[in-house]
Amino acid sequence: MSNFRRPINRRSLLKAGAASGLVLATPTIITRNAWADTNFRNDPTNSKSVTFGFNVPQTGAYADEGADELRAYQLAVKHLNGEGDGGMLNTMKPLSLEGNGILGKKVEYVTGDTQTKSDAARASAKRMVEKDGVIMWSGGSSSGVAIAQQSLAQEMGIVFMCGLTHSNDTTGKDKRRYGFRHFFNAYMSGAALGPVLEKQMGKDRRAYHLTADYTWGWTQEESIANTTEGLGWETVNKVRTPLGAGDFSQYIAPVLNSGADVLILNHYGKDMINSLTQAVQFGLRDKLVNGKNFEIIVPLYSRLMAQGAGENIKGIYGTTNWNWSLQDEGSKAFVKSFGQEYGFPPSQAAHTCYVQTLLYADACERAGTFNPAEVIKALEDHQFDGMGNGPTLYRGADHQCFKDVLVVKGNENATSRFDLLEVVEVTPSAQVTYDPEIFGGELGPYKV
Amino acid sequence: MDAIVLQILNGLDKGGAYALIALGLTLIFGTLGVVNFAHGALFMLGAFCAVAFNHVISLEQVVVDPTKITAWGTPLETRTPYIEVWLGDTGTTLLNYSVPLSILLAVPLMLLFGYVMERGLIRHFYKRPHAEQILVTFGLAIVLQEIVKSYFGANPIPQAAPDVVRGAMDLGTLIGFDPGTIVYPQWRIVYLFFSLGIIGSVFAFLQFTTFGMVVRAGMADRETVGFLGINIERRFTLVFAIAAMVAGLAGVMYTPILPPDYHMGMDFLVLSFVVVVVGGMGSLPGAVSAGFLLGILQSFASMNEVKTILPGIDQIIIYLVAVIILLVRPRGLMGRKGVMET
Amino acid sequence: MLTKVTPRSDLLMFVLFTLAILAMPLWLAPIGAGYPDLLQKFAIFGLFALGFNILFGLTGYLSFGHAVFLGVGSYAAVWSFKLLGMNPLPALLFSVVFSALFALAIGFISLRRSGIYFSILTLAFAQMSYNLAYSVLTPITNGETGLRVLQSDPRLLDGSGSDTGPLISRLFGIEMTGYSGFYFCAVLLIVGFYISQRIFRSPFGMMLRAVKSNQNRMSYTGLNTRPYTLAAFVISGVFAGVAGGLLAVTDPLAGAERMQWTASGEVVLMTILGGAGTLLGPILGAGLIKYFENIFSAYNEQTLHAIFSFLPDVIEAPVVSIAGLFVGEGWHLTLGLLFMVVVIFLPGGIMEGLNRISKIFSRSKPKPKFTSSSQSAAAAE
Repeated sequence: MSNFRRPINRRSLLKAGAASGLVLATPTIITRNAWADTNFRNDPTNSKSVTFGFNVPQTGAYADEGADELRAYQLAVKHLNGEGDGGMLNTMKPLSLEGNGILGKKVEYVTGDTQTKSDAARASAKRMVEKDGVIMWSGGSSSGVAIAQQSLAQEMGIVFMCGLTHSNDTTGKDKRRYGFRHFFNAYMSGAALGPVLEKQMGKDRRAYHLTADYTWGWTQEESIANTTEGLGWETVNKVRTPLGAGDFSQYIAPVLNSGADVLILNHYGKDMINSLTQAVQFGLRDKLVNGKNFEIIVPLYSRLMAQGAGENIKGIYGTTNWNWSLQDEGSKAFVKSFGQEYGFPPSQAAHTCYVQTLLYADACERAGTFNPAEVIKALEDHQFDGMGNGPTLYRGADHQCFKDVLVVKGNENATSRFDLLEVVEVTPSAQVTYDPEIFGGELGPYKV
Repeated sequence: MDAIVLQILNGLDKGGAYALIALGLTLIFGTLGVVNFAHGALFMLGAFCAVAFNHVISLEQVVVDPTKITAWGTPLETRTPYIEVWLGDTGTTLLNYSVPLSILLAVPLMLLFGYVMERGLIRHFYKRPHAEQILVTFGLAIVLQEIVKSYFGANPIPQAAPDVVRGAMDLGTLIGFDPGTIVYPQWRIVYLFFSLGIIGSVFAFLQFTTFGMVVRAGMADRETVGFLGINIERRFTLVFAIAAMVAGLAGVMYTPILPPDYHMGMDFLVLSFVVVVVGGMGSLPGAVSAGFLLGILQSFASMNEVKTILPGIDQIIIYLVAVIILLVRPRGLMGRKGVMET
Repeated sequence: MLTKVTPRSDLLMFVLFTLAILAMPLWLAPIGAGYPDLLQKFAIFGLFALGFNILFGLTGYLSFGHAVFLGVGSYAAVWSFKLLGMNPLPALLFSVVFSALFALAIGFISLRRSGIYFSILTLAFAQMSYNLAYSVLTPITNGETGLRVLQSDPRLLDGSGSDTGPLISRLFGIEMTGYSGFYFCAVLLIVGFYISQRIFRSPFGMMLRAVKSNQNRMSYTGLNTRPYTLAAFVISGVFAGVAGGLLAVTDPLAGAERMQWTASGEVVLMTILGGAGTLLGPILGAGLIKYFENIFSAYNEQTLHAIFSFLPDVIEAPVVSIAGLFVGEGWHLTLGLLFMVVVIFLPGGIMEGLNRISKIFSRSKPKPKFTSSSQSAAAAE
């Protein structure tokens, strides 16, 4: 029933004694404050293995992305346990892992379905923590869900390694000591896109934003508008669209005669697929406004979205965290072992999840313990390379990774059905680094 | 002015889609008295008829080129659709017209599916309470979409309209606007006329055939028709099959506008119920007019001028209108007394 | 189940129910459901379905927007945490007050119509609330991210700033998480069950049943049924509000998706699956759906291999791949099939099934004709 029963000490006994008069108390009612320094939840010291939790969307709109994340996690576990060809363990620098699990313990895993809903994700994560005794959990395809799980991680005292989440808030105003993000964010998308947009489209442009009406959409709209206005572009309008609108025609039609010559779609997933498809049908790409070609920009791209939008993505600019066509050693090693295992190349969601798992494992190895307070310290301000994005810093001040960002464009002549995005520019990390103060937020304590 | 004309066009186009889905739903309500929560799933199945048809005709010949290697170390595969290998340019044309051609597949398949579904399941629920009809059809909808998901995945699958109607056309010049002000996607215009055509055919079928007359009589007073010695239940099977086909065709033709995914039926389910109820239970003209009304109102509510005065109005307009209409007119626009009121 | 409704059999049922609920951590452990979070969800959604059943099971009014009260209850509770502090009692009071106000307003308007028109009105209100909470009402609801308690919130009664620990609801020092959180929810579920039982047996309950069987006839007798149905609507809304409040008490977060139509649909399905109009059915239905959601979705290939490892390899591989269709990412399929199977073979839900089983066992005894009538008859309406 409770495989994580905490040790009973004097203080907790007193508390429990007082409590039993009020309700049917069980011995497990012990406050966290009572833990001794070396004790932590789900301590695997006396076990031969450690368990990770992989909490991904298995139902709903992001199910395919979740499936790809799960493949990457399974591959990561294999590599950690010394099976397969080792993937990025051959290229990761520095590396403390030895291919014999973590600290000599075999890695096992449990899975769950977030349904891309905060409540379901937290329920699933709690199951992993309370029932399966995981020492770390990871996953996700949405910022709201990531933020909800991150604050749960802080309450539970279990580290959460974010999967795909792009909102500034995840490592900004909602950052947590127990949450870590390898993926890039909206601010970095804007900073990376800026120079490329200037080069391709000039300084005199009029932009029209269509924005998904929730927090992620707003932070992206803000970040991109700041960048483009910095270039000297004028923002004609910012229009909010309901999440999951399906048909966006009533929002696209007004763009036609607004005088704008750039449409920026701050949409993700199905919304982006639909709005882009419909915008192209309205003939926006063939339009000439103010003597310039009308352009569409999708700041955050993913391969699954590109697949869903089909032909319509050709020539459309955006950013992405990683792409399988990269030619560095880390990317090549990962693409090779993923491709041989599953028969097709990994998506950027799979990449970030794979890397997050290895980074956590490596941090445990370096810390010499699974105690989250120590593991967190090992991850903070850790510098590494060979994971596909060049030299990377896991900044301690906000738990955000700083690395190169890819500016991509929909491929005009694809050679295969996976060859959808063409890397236009690799923006160096120095150009997308920002002061952690600008987004505020509090990380919270190491010990909870 | 051009903005208003554009929104009217958008509204008509949306309305066409709403009306088409609501039409089948209200047929099933009105004649069989069944609350069909699987109607959205029928719409989705129709859309996947287009996807499946496209998959079949674009089955690919795989040529493995061992001299070239992919990034993950397997030999490079070149894929050419068989149909192009065999038929050359004719094959390319067939691929290009895959969406409209898939109607040929969708019509018999959806009729058959509707027939089987009515005979195998719905028939046994005529006399059961609405709550149980909801549970069983909702369960069926989940099962159908999970089956589709396990074959086609969860990601939307793009379906292109034929080249000739893929772009946008300048409608404004036809009615005296400046060139370039009223540009509208050609496929949406095709869809509008298609939905009007289907709605017209269904009405004509019910109005001018003996079969239609019996069905209309059955909608009005089922018991009496039964007393006349007419086997109404057998006709109901066909009505259900027709309703399934109409939903399916709406789905097929919608695929170029909305790349289909397994969940699209659920996304339309709530909306189609609102349309049917606002139109009034058991009234076909009601459902159609409610579809167009809600489509046009939704388009206008999304205009920036309106949204600045009433923020968020585009998010709730459909429901707000539904509440107001149901409070002013107790049985929706054209509902009949006593239908689904208990 | 109970064969005849008497005060004594009611008492027996209540006592058995109480014992079963309190012992849940023990008897649910073998099927993998004996961990705190799922136990809390069982109790909370049991309460939600119990309340829904007071409206739907007794009056036949099918509300398709009941989740709005769940959401309002959660938001009210989290705001109470933010303003007053982490004590669950004022939070639940807030939940009750606000959900009752919402229920009164929505019920007053929606109950002017009946049948499917009523269902669509409630659905419309819930969808409007959901859409607004997700977008333009973000200052109040914190939109997509969900409303949470922050260290910087005033929390007047806690003496803000002095408490730097995790922001968890505490009742006189007892944390409302883990097993203590479950017992807090369980006590409220038992109280809710008691109230529900009393309503079912009261003249008020009889009146509501009469509304269900024939509202017109009731009106012809010169009786205005609206106050009765409105009372039932508000009571059932308050149950949902308390359930929403408890969701926030055990986990201080409130999100808009709790008000989405799928959440409203879920409680409808729970109630019908378990057996509408029966006392225990909705709670069983809620438990079953939550069990599927949390346990079936967690199976993956690795766990399936572990389960079927006793089979020879030739058989194991196909068995695992077939079983894999129904668990993990396929758990929705199992749920859909379950809905269909239950409603096709057991009109009246799980309770009907239990009744049939109990009939088989007691066939030896001749029974009065109205055996279990109050339950199965109501369920078959």
